[in-house]
Amino acid sequence: MERVVKVRGRIIPIRRSNIDTDQIIPAHWMKRVERSGYQDGLFENWRTDPEFVLNDANRAGATVLLAGENFGCGSSREHAVWALRDYRIQAVIAPSIADIHRGNLPQEGLVPVELDKSYVDRLFEVAEEDPEVDVQIDILHRTLTCASANLFDKEFHLDDASHFTLVNGLDPIDQTLLLKNEILSYESHRNPWLPMIG
Amino acid sequence: MKKRRLNLIDKIWESHLIDSNASGDLLYIDMQLFNEVTSPQAFENIRAKGRQVRRPELCLATADHDVPTGPGHPVPIDDVAATQIAVQKEQCSRFGIELHSMFSRGNGITHVIGPEKGVTQPGMTIVCGDSHTATHGAFGAVAFGIGTSQVEHVLATQTLRLSRPKTMSVTLKGVPGKGASAKDLALAIIAKLGHGGGTGHLIEFRGDAVRNLSMEGRMTLCNMAIETGARSGLIAPDETTLAYLKGKECAPKGELWELASAFWGDLGSDDGVNFDSEVEIDVDGIRPMVTWGTNPSQSVPVGSLVPEPSSFSSARERDAAVTALRYMGLRPSTRTSEIPINVVFIGSCTNGRLEDLAAAAEIAKGRKVADGVRALVVPGSQDTKAAAEAMGLDEIFIRSGFEWRSPGCSMCVGMNGDVVPAGQHSVSTSNRNFEGRQGAGSRTHLASPETAAASAIAGRICSAAELSEIEKG
Ligand code: SF4
Repeated sequence: MERVVKVRGRIIPIRRSNIDTDQIIPAHWMKRVERSGYQDGLFENWRTDPEFVLNDANRAGATVLLAGENFGCGSSREHAVWALRDYRIQAVIAPSIADIHRGNLPQEGLVPVELDKSYVDRLFEVAEEDPEVDVQIDILHRTLTCASANLFDKEFHLDDASHFTLVNGLDPIDQTLLLKNEILSYESHRNPWLPMIG
Repeated sequence: MKKRRLNLIDKIWESHLIDSNASGDLLYIDMQLFNEVTSPQAFENIRAKGRQVRRPELCLATADHDVPTGPGHPVPIDDVAATQIAVQKEQCSRFGIELHSMFSRGNGITHVIGPEKGVTQPGMTIVCGDSHTATHGAFGAVAFGIGTSQVEHVLATQTLRLSRPKTMSVTLKGVPGKGASAKDLALAIIAKLGHGGGTGHLIEFRGDAVRNLSMEGRMTLCNMAIETGARSGLIAPDETTLAYLKGKECAPKGELWELASAFWGDLGSDDGVNFDSEVEIDVDGIRPMVTWGTNPSQSVPVGSLVPEPSSFSSARERDAAVTALRYMGLRPSTRTSEIPINVVFIGSCTNGRLEDLAAAAEIAKGRKVADGVRALVVPGSQDTKAAAEAMGLDEIFIRSGFEWRSPGCSMCVGMNGDVVPAGQHSVSTSNRNFEGRQGAGSRTHLASPETAAASAIAGRICSAAELSEIEKG
């Protein structure tokens, strides 16, 4: 895993709340057994509408998704993150991001940015107006800057586990395996009736 | 020394804690469940990196999302589904994990077979790459959905690193009205808390209206806890829980049962203990509910009017209502009982258990599905199917014009070929009415098994009580 300490990019604004993972990537994409190649599934149903923001040529290459409350609710599918990643999205900014999805984003180096709603609204205003507006996200300090929206070093919420994953870039499994002895000792006193399969 | 008073969630969390650091708590995971959709990439990484599955005996796999449910042993809908099913078989045998494969005796939806086999027990930590893992919370377990990277982490270490969620108690007050099922309670709770109102929390459901539910009903309720945005929901174990578990295949036996049941008896939240937030919800006299929109919080009592967007106080809800009504092709102030329907789906991990099927059959008995309505009954597991057939439920359904199918997720997610055609309205006992959830362009109305069956007969959204009224004339 690579360290992610800063993200800078132009914005794709989707002014909708409760964007669920079925919209981010429809279920039929989950039939694949690969881990990449999901970019065409991203918002597949909405992209059939020529007016949808992802079809705006002026937004090509933008890497920061801006959305309404409760982004990523619904199914736990990590395919939603793979679709965002394969489309080259690096960060998602929203007033709130659903729990499971928020935990999934950093697994692929994407930054879940939970920002005060009033600031998100300001970002929407400038980003919808001008596709060139860009935003800088400092993961280390958990701050965001967007000069066009007159936002400078605004703090955002990023939970400690995600922060740790992003800024250290360590493989979480390797990290846990360092605690082999602690795990063994826990296992030696589990309740005797707990189910075992087979 | 006096023991610290803790709530149920904290008790389970702390008894599974191995390590804490800046990146969160490391929890031991007692059981991981697998479906064929969200785990292939995790197994593949384990293999590619030369790692081991730490505890294959704490893993249980089934195929459910892609499994065709038509008569006989049909082939999967397409090559991709067939590949996914084949890859799962190969991976489970490589790593020594028990798989209840397609059409096998023990097959079924993950969240139906775990409880049926007695694998789901109080006090456990249970995970699965599926958000409706919350279902298992009905037994007083901390059970939640995880992403594929986390599936891999649990495979390799039998642990997970997590930020500790906040705790919430949701206490139900009052006595639900006659004809209101656990599903109606769930929809009413989600309407109150809002789609997102539980975000960041683990919920303990409390109150007499919860205690009075059967295990099946509790599973329905916990299953839908996730639709509030919560990590999961759970209910403290009691006599109902123990009675359900006793004698199940994987439940403890003999002396171990005595030990376990004594332990479970003490597991509930201590008296007067605090939660990070506490909510009371009045469910007194609630009636059967149905959704009109595209998230599960957008519901009203069956027979009421589809709301005017302007009736919502927040801009967010108003916008969501406008978008939803456009997608659903509905006008505000339409009476829900006037919405004609094309498809009825009775099944899923929310309402595909024996009790659900029996309740629907009770309504279907001696009646006929309305012309032009396709009605499917899909049991949640092979065991459920066999039990239902032993009771003669299959015959009741078939005689009434319902299709009696084989187990699987089926029309809940529309991955196996069972889909609602674009633009058609379905009444579904599943858990999500998102845009396109039951197939591109599908328009889903969530409801209880009783309401779904009555709607199939009436050809429009209809409660069981209303159906009998009409027939009385
Ligand atoms: S029945 Fe539906 S909600 Fe349940 S596991 Fe299957 S797809 Fe998921």
